[in-house]
Amino acid sequence: MSTQVPKQKEAESPAEEESAPSVGKQRRDQAKAERRTAAEKQKEAAEKAKEAEDTYHIKVFRYDPEVEGKQEPRFDEFHVPFTKGMTVLDALMYARDHYDPSLTFRHSCRQAICGSDAFFVNGSQKLGCKTQLSELSEPVRIEPLPHQDVVKDLVVDMDHFYEQMHAIEPYFDPDELPDGELEEQRQTRENREKVKMSTRCIWCGACMSSCNIAAGDNQYLGPAAINKAYRFAMDEREGEARKQERLKIIEQEHGVWRCQTQFSCTEVCPKDIPLTEHIQELKREAVKSNLKFW
Amino acid sequence: MYEHDVIVVGAGGAGLRAAIAAKNEGADVAIVSKLHPVRSHTGAAEGGINAALRDADSWEDHAYDTMKGSDYLGDAPAIETLCKNSPKEVIQLEHWGMAFSREEDGRVSQRPFGGLSFPRTTYAGAETGHQLLHTMYEQLVKSGVQVYDEWHVLNLAVSDEERPEDRTCHGVVAYDVQSGEVSGFRARNGVILATGGPGQAFDHTTNAVSCTGDGQAMAYRAGVPLEDMEFIQFHPTSLPSTGVLISEGVRGEGGILYNAEGERFMFEHGYANNDGELASRDVVSRAELTEVNEGRGIEDEYVHLDMRHLGEERIIDRLENILHLAEDFEGVDGLVEPMPVKPGQHYAMGGIETDENGETCVSGLYAAGECACASVHGANRLGGNALPELIVFGKRAGKHAAGADLETAKITTGKRGEYELAEIDSPVELGEPGSRGDAVADGGAVAEGGATDGDSILEATVTAEKAKIEDLLERDGIHHSEVRSDLQKSMTRYVNVFREEDGLKKALRDIREARDRYQSVAVSDPSRTFNTDLLQTIETQNLLDLAEAITVGALARKEFRGAHWRAEAQERLDDEWLKHTMLSWNDGSPELWYKPVILEGEEKTYEPKIRSY
Ligand SMILES: Cc1cc2nc3c(=O)[nH]c(=O)nc-3n(C[C@H](O)[C@H](O)[C@H](O)COP(=O)(O)OP(=O)(O)OC[C@H]3O[C@@H](n4cnc5c(N)ncnc54)[C@H](O)[C@@H]3O)c2cc1C
Ligand code: SF4
Ligand code: FES
Repeated sequence: MSTQVPKQKEAESPAEEESAPSVGKQRRDQAKAERRTAAEKQKEAAEKAKEAEDTYHIKVFRYDPEVEGKQEPRFDEFHVPFTKGMTVLDALMYARDHYDPSLTFRHSCRQAICGSDAFFVNGSQKLGCKTQLSELSEPVRIEPLPHQDVVKDLVVDMDHFYEQMHAIEPYFDPDELPDGELEEQRQTRENREKVKMSTRCIWCGACMSSCNIAAGDNQYLGPAAINKAYRFAMDEREGEARKQERLKIIEQEHGVWRCQTQFSCTEVCPKDIPLTEHIQELKREAVKSNLKFW
Repeated sequence: MYEHDVIVVGAGGAGLRAAIAAKNEGADVAIVSKLHPVRSHTGAAEGGINAALRDADSWEDHAYDTMKGSDYLGDAPAIETLCKNSPKEVIQLEHWGMAFSREEDGRVSQRPFGGLSFPRTTYAGAETGHQLLHTMYEQLVKSGVQVYDEWHVLNLAVSDEERPEDRTCHGVVAYDVQSGEVSGFRARNGVILATGGPGQAFDHTTNAVSCTGDGQAMAYRAGVPLEDMEFIQFHPTSLPSTGVLISEGVRGEGGILYNAEGERFMFEHGYANNDGELASRDVVSRAELTEVNEGRGIEDEYVHLDMRHLGEERIIDRLENILHLAEDFEGVDGLVEPMPVKPGQHYAMGGIETDENGETCVSGLYAAGECACASVHGANRLGGNALPELIVFGKRAGKHAAGADLETAKITTGKRGEYELAEIDSPVELGEPGSRGDAVADGGAVAEGGATDGDSILEATVTAEKAKIEDLLERDGIHHSEVRSDLQKSMTRYVNVFREEDGLKKALRDIREARDRYQSVAVSDPSRTFNTDLLQTIETQNLLDLAEAITVGALARKEFRGAHWRAEAQERLDDEWLKHTMLSWNDGSPELWYKPVILEGEEKTYEPKIRSY
């Protein structure tokens, strides 16, 4: 798998038009960058000395389209003091706060619910906050999610993922909307159980990044979006007519039939959603309803 | 510059509900959020959402419980608005497809929660917030509201009249995280702040890294008072190593707390002889720390929460997520061993002063959700009462900002009603007079040539924010994380569950020192692309202002009420302290004043009673 660094983009974001950095500014930036690397080297040396102690060795992918020295992707190495229970995210935060403040990655909840920090760790897609360092062999390689454009360091462009999620009309949209005061609807426990796993998705993008089909077909809806469609199609509260429309969406050329049941998405999903099973079930539903309407 | 009728800052439960409501009123609405909506911390809520849905329950009982839980510092009009509207709003969520847990008869499940006289905490497993957040985001997608995600709001564009009550908010200035563009967002009708809590002012917290109280700090600096900031909820059951929350739902379902000696201390040591583990959160947190302080803690740090006796089936059915959290973040299997827990910062009861329609004293500026204080929670929030607040008050703020008619508010904002000024007994100079880079220390921007129209004020604010960023990027200095981590440690040490005068004063000295050091922070990442170093440096400034507000309020309030306990006065003193703490930013330093609590409800007056569980 490859990490995609966008082809040197034309430097024409609105920000730069408005405030093109002056020559002086560029010089200051450079001086600053140099001072920083010097300081960094010192720290790294200090660290090497400490290696005998309990530290973890991590290698982190670095790239910044506009900072000299980072335009060519590279790996930076950090030695992070190990404490019990330390996760990949903890190690990254430590490295950022103590060695290099420019180390960049998304994160927020620290508890596997916001879906911000899916990375490519030692060759597979994992949530940083949910992955114990102690379970990984050193040096731990941390890279951005493959098959997505890298914005900077470990940050990837999620727009395509969001577009696919939005493409399946991801909202409850029942056949009939009651007027006036709403009353509680009934739903059987079995039906709620049926959709439960599918509702756990945290939009982390790990599945999509692991999928060979998605890598080859940019328009493929991908496991997360299909799972989202499953979540609505299987919910008895929405109604039969809407379900048929949903099946049509996922049956399109770049929909469920693309899936070759390789299970890579299911393997990486941090919420243990049986994605491949859901895709298979939708295929069967689609066949059933096609027979019905023949 | 971008322009919309209503600009909602933040996309957690409160922001999403506000945006949907404003859109339904026909307004042109946009959300500006530093995180993509589904990343918001509302997703972390576990236990449930309170609503009086059943015949045997009533909104009046819910209101009574909430007022009692608040230790009589909630305002009756806000509490009654919450409790009356929550059932309707929860059913609305159900119609939007939210995957609530279900009973045999197909109705939504409810469970007991601390401080509630009826099991009215409606839940979706132990992942209620996740289900709520995603359900609302789905409806947002359906409604077509424009979302500017990963745009970090830096400041409000507020006019600079002498009195905050005469000021107007015209929009916000935001920074595009991906490109580094700084731009104005003009709001024709109003700005709604829904930026969540300030949990990162503490180092052991259940809150996300993004919970830095930005909206509160921005409103404060624009002259809007912060209300009851000293009331911080410490949740009794967070995991010791990370602060990850173990939901109150565990105790609601029958989970038991034990000390190192295997005693069920909530009963055996008499902390709450009736309700035991299900006493209000402040009571349980203090009990745990007392156990630890008296040498009955495990590893001198925590106590045990045991749910094994509930049985695997029930646990998996109702608390499955808890098993994952305990396993992933503490390495403990909740089915075979008790879980270690200790108190952790969890929720801010106080916040931006609003009335029950979500409006602040600055016209065109609204706030809803955890960042706001209406006040529903008073001195202590009951579990399961924050999520209904998001949807009830988010909706009201959204409707109101979009121009819908709501009844006139009973709560007054700013210094419009009765109030009394007070002195702050601080050992050090407070605040940040003439703070660096701000256009005007006291909120408000001044446009060139003194123009006062909204566009000019917004332009002037954009210019000031750009200058501030350039300055942070160009200077050399120390890294903000040192300042932030010292601040967090001091807050956790001195402004925790137990508070005493000396400690609080020590905290104020530490904050002063942190502020002084902050004067020489610099951003070392020179990049315009996704510069999180820059944004976190800016957030740290917000944390400084809020930590100070929390501590000033705590030092001044010499009584024990709800979550606020003082060594010097271990009793609730209604004669003197039945009033809201208000802090206004005045020429760069905090001014302290108080306003009365409203205990008169629509049909009855809530008489302060002894709060025992
Ligand atoms: C672990 C946990 C469990 C909880 N469980 C429960 C429960 O079971 N029941 C209950 O009732 N309550 C619970 N609570 C409390 C409740 O979840 C929160 O109070 C509530 O979700 C806060 O929602 P919010 O919309 O106000 O803010 P958040 O969901 O935090 O959203 C804040 C939004 O503001 C945005 N934002 C912030 N700053 C800026 C800025 N500068 N510029 C632009 N955007 C910005 C963020 O991107 C985010 O979208 C729990 C809280 C925690 C931490
Ligand atoms: S399905 Fe799983 S892997 Fe895919 S986005 Fe959702 S949570 Fe992530
Ligand atoms: S930080 Fe939120 S999922 Fe990892």
